[in-house]
Amino acid sequence: MKPTGTGLRLVVLAALLLGIISPIAAGLIQTGRAAFGLMPVVGAHGSGLEVWRSLCALPGFWTSVRLTLWIGFAATFLSLTLATCFCATAHARMTGRSAARWLAPLLAAPHTAVAIGLAFVLAPSGWIARLLAPLVGWVRPPDLALINDPWGIALILGLMIKEIPFLLLVMLAALSQIPVQQHMAAARGLGYRRSVVWVKIIAPQVWPLIRLPVLVVLAYSLSTVEMGIILGPSNPPVFSVFVMRLFMAPDLAMILPASAGALMLAFLMGVASATLFVAERLVRYTGLWWIRAGGRSSAVKPLLRIASLCVIALFVIGTLAMVSLVFWSLAWRWPWPSMLPETWSFQPWRNAAGVLGPALGNTLFIAGASVFVSLALAILWLEGEDRKGRGCAGWGEVLIYLPLLLPQIAFLYGLNMLFLRLGISGGIGAVIWAQVLFVFPYVMIVLSDPWRALDPRLIRAAASLGAGPVRQLLTVKIPLLLSPILIAAAIGTAVSVAQYLPTLFMGAGRISTLTTEAVTLSSGADRRITGVYASLQAILSFAAYAVAFMVPAFVFRNRAALKGAGQ
Amino acid sequence: MRISLMSALAAIVLSNPILFNPVLADSWQDTLEAAKGQTVYWNAWGGDPQTNAFIAWVGQQTFERYGVALRQVKLTDTAEAVTRVLSEKAAGQDDEGSVDLIWINGPNFLAMKEQGLLFGPFVAGLPNAQYLDLSPASPNSVDFTVPVAGMESPWRLAKFVFNYDSARIDTPPLSMTALLEWATINPGRFTHPDPSNFMGATFLKQALIDLTQDTAVLQEPVTEDSFVAATRPLWKWYDALRPTLWRGGETFPENQSVQQQLLNDGEIDIAMSFDPASTAVAIAQGLLPETARVFVPEGGTIGNVSFVAIPYNAASREGAQVVANFLLAPDTQAHMQNIEVLGAFSVLAAAKLKADARATFATLQTAPGLPSLADLGPTLLEPHASWMTRLTQEWARRYTR
Repeated sequence: MKPTGTGLRLVVLAALLLGIISPIAAGLIQTGRAAFGLMPVVGAHGSGLEVWRSLCALPGFWTSVRLTLWIGFAATFLSLTLATCFCATAHARMTGRSAARWLAPLLAAPHTAVAIGLAFVLAPSGWIARLLAPLVGWVRPPDLALINDPWGIALILGLMIKEIPFLLLVMLAALSQIPVQQHMAAARGLGYRRSVVWVKIIAPQVWPLIRLPVLVVLAYSLSTVEMGIILGPSNPPVFSVFVMRLFMAPDLAMILPASAGALMLAFLMGVASATLFVAERLVRYTGLWWIRAGGRSSAVKPLLRIASLCVIALFVIGTLAMVSLVFWSLAWRWPWPSMLPETWSFQPWRNAAGVLGPALGNTLFIAGASVFVSLALAILWLEGEDRKGRGCAGWGEVLIYLPLLLPQIAFLYGLNMLFLRLGISGGIGAVIWAQVLFVFPYVMIVLSDPWRALDPRLIRAAASLGAGPVRQLLTVKIPLLLSPILIAAAIGTAVSVAQYLPTLFMGAGRISTLTTEAVTLSSGADRRITGVYASLQAILSFAAYAVAFMVPAFVFRNRAALKGAGQ
Repeated sequence: MRISLMSALAAIVLSNPILFNPVLADSWQDTLEAAKGQTVYWNAWGGDPQTNAFIAWVGQQTFERYGVALRQVKLTDTAEAVTRVLSEKAAGQDDEGSVDLIWINGPNFLAMKEQGLLFGPFVAGLPNAQYLDLSPASPNSVDFTVPVAGMESPWRLAKFVFNYDSARIDTPPLSMTALLEWATINPGRFTHPDPSNFMGATFLKQALIDLTQDTAVLQEPVTEDSFVAATRPLWKWYDALRPTLWRGGETFPENQSVQQQLLNDGEIDIAMSFDPASTAVAIAQGLLPETARVFVPEGGTIGNVSFVAIPYNAASREGAQVVANFLLAPDTQAHMQNIEVLGAFSVLAAAKLKADARATFATLQTAPGLPSLADLGPTLLEPHASWMTRLTQEWARRYTR
């Protein structure tokens, strides 16, 4: 229609290809070469499948792979089911805005911090055990596998605590695009119970809108390293930790099987996504039959109740985990079996204050820059769609989310090689670039649905008043979408603040942020210091959410329909 | 040669060691001048706040005295820095590398040396090397039986010790056999870090040395035959020990710090460390109870030296040498050995120190949980690095399912 639309899209597409896709491809190629035995610097000149054979022959390899698949699927399936059930019972009582506010603390909490806090809450010497100790008569902590258990239950719980809030957030966003009230009224009129309407009518409409976020959750559950170390079993560990240990082996030749392992992890994620699509097909056919059968039984209702209670229990445990870290950050001695610290101290905070300045400055600067770039890219991409008058192609979506669907270790090493050749590794620019790879997809997840759901009549009205495309964007779309834009920025900030490996690799370890400090110090396993840094990380992301809620409330204080607009 | 000359003249000119050797003096003066204004990125494990604080102090000192700024790049594992240098080599970045100095030893040193990733030899050129015992058999000259050849400079001592809570155990087990008996009576109260971590691997090596008949073979590179023969008693012992471990030997703490936390939480009664002073420091930091103590098996334990090395492509190699030299100054070592600072034992040879430096060391105070050098018993040599690799592989083959 308008030539500018195509031009804009081409520019954004080129930026994506050059800035996001090609570095990842280069990284993957580099890793792939090592995986097939081609790495001259350690004296490997290509030995075909030898590397893969040695990887598969490593003790614990198959157990580790099985464990990873089990944990990934269990955590994703349970998170999705519980989040759906919770939405079904609670949606009527929650507006998008109040829910987002309520979810913010757990969304803002870094994964590592939740894991460390959860380990303290659940461990045999942890908070729950300390509460029970006087009642049960435990003099010493019981020798039970409550965390690091061979089944990975603790890890699954930890993942669910972080992923359910994220899924709830995207579900609420998706629900705002579906006329839930009308469907409900119609189905109720036909004699369906409220809970059945959710399962049979609403959920099938929500699914296509949240499919990608669910894939992201699945990918994260399969590839997390930090949570796997803290909560998962150790002998063998989950596959991502297995691969990380190979990368960290003193014998440099182990980089070859480590690279093969990283590709294997990417392959596992591919298999997992394929399984998800097959499952979707199966459910579509059987579900259609089930829906056509027209049963109106209310047997699902108690299940929904139980599921919602589980969600609340998980939220309570997650909150306890974060609270326990705040207590630890103020503790000096806190031995078993005291419920509260024996002696209190500000020492951990004072010690941190000395090294905090530069780390905090870097964190803020990198987060600000990467969120700004990502938002700009996202808005240009979506505006390009509007002008072209068509939605995003499927392949486009996959490209955007590629960085989240691949394990970071599969391409970061190779990406760093590329940056080294370009001579930009080790600088703050390289770190920002690497972080945009991960911030941009999240910004797109949050922003694209509200953007596409914007009432087109408003734009038409603006156009008929003589506003050109640029003016429409600046004076209509962006102000109307201020709230989702700021929420996207908040999530982007939380994602940026939490990035560890990209910051480490691309910054040559020289760019210290709150997260790099927290992770290196947590290798010293001092919960008090971890408490300080985790609190700071959470405060930072939380502040971003607070801004996202307060700015629209202030700007639109005299615009009733726009307060907390978007959803 | 140079060292004996120096010690002979030490009584005459005490204040400035670089006066002895004009060649050394010139080259060192050149190094100092080139180093001025450089920023040294020291890649060092960052999990210990005391060590981090000590490194920050070193940086203040080198900046004030020599104009050399020091930044610690905090690692979770030394291998990170090794991989970084390797990536730079692979990418053809043969100068202006991002790593100037690495805290390193053992297998990581061997890997870097073999791949030609190190700068040097440089140790003999450091004026303060005169205080080191650099005789061929000294732990300063061989790292895991691999000749150092001046490619890394010592800075602190490491020695394997166990620690325990004396409020919970009266008499700790003083040999590996006694440890098995103790663990059998107290199931679930002992464990060791995962052998993929160096501390877990060191525990296996310590047990191997304690249990095997012929320790001389451990100094040679491992062969299939020597491995089978030497480790037979170890696996028999470990098969009996494993079911008595914490969580039935199904899972292991990630590293020594996590294990120390388990000791503090009361989940286990015996932990281990590669730093004899770590227990005293942990008590002072509130991380272990006042009653925590160190014990060492009869017959002594494995000890080694922690080194710093300079990568072949370091951007600030002169500055890195200035830092390495400053780390060896008697005052620095005494400050480091102060239990209120770091507590790490000095690498300097007492016999080579001047009287006033010796006096400084003698005045260092003791602290609860800090063993004396005499308590620590003899120091045993590290086996050849290939034993460690083979040992952890075999452990994984046997016990990882």
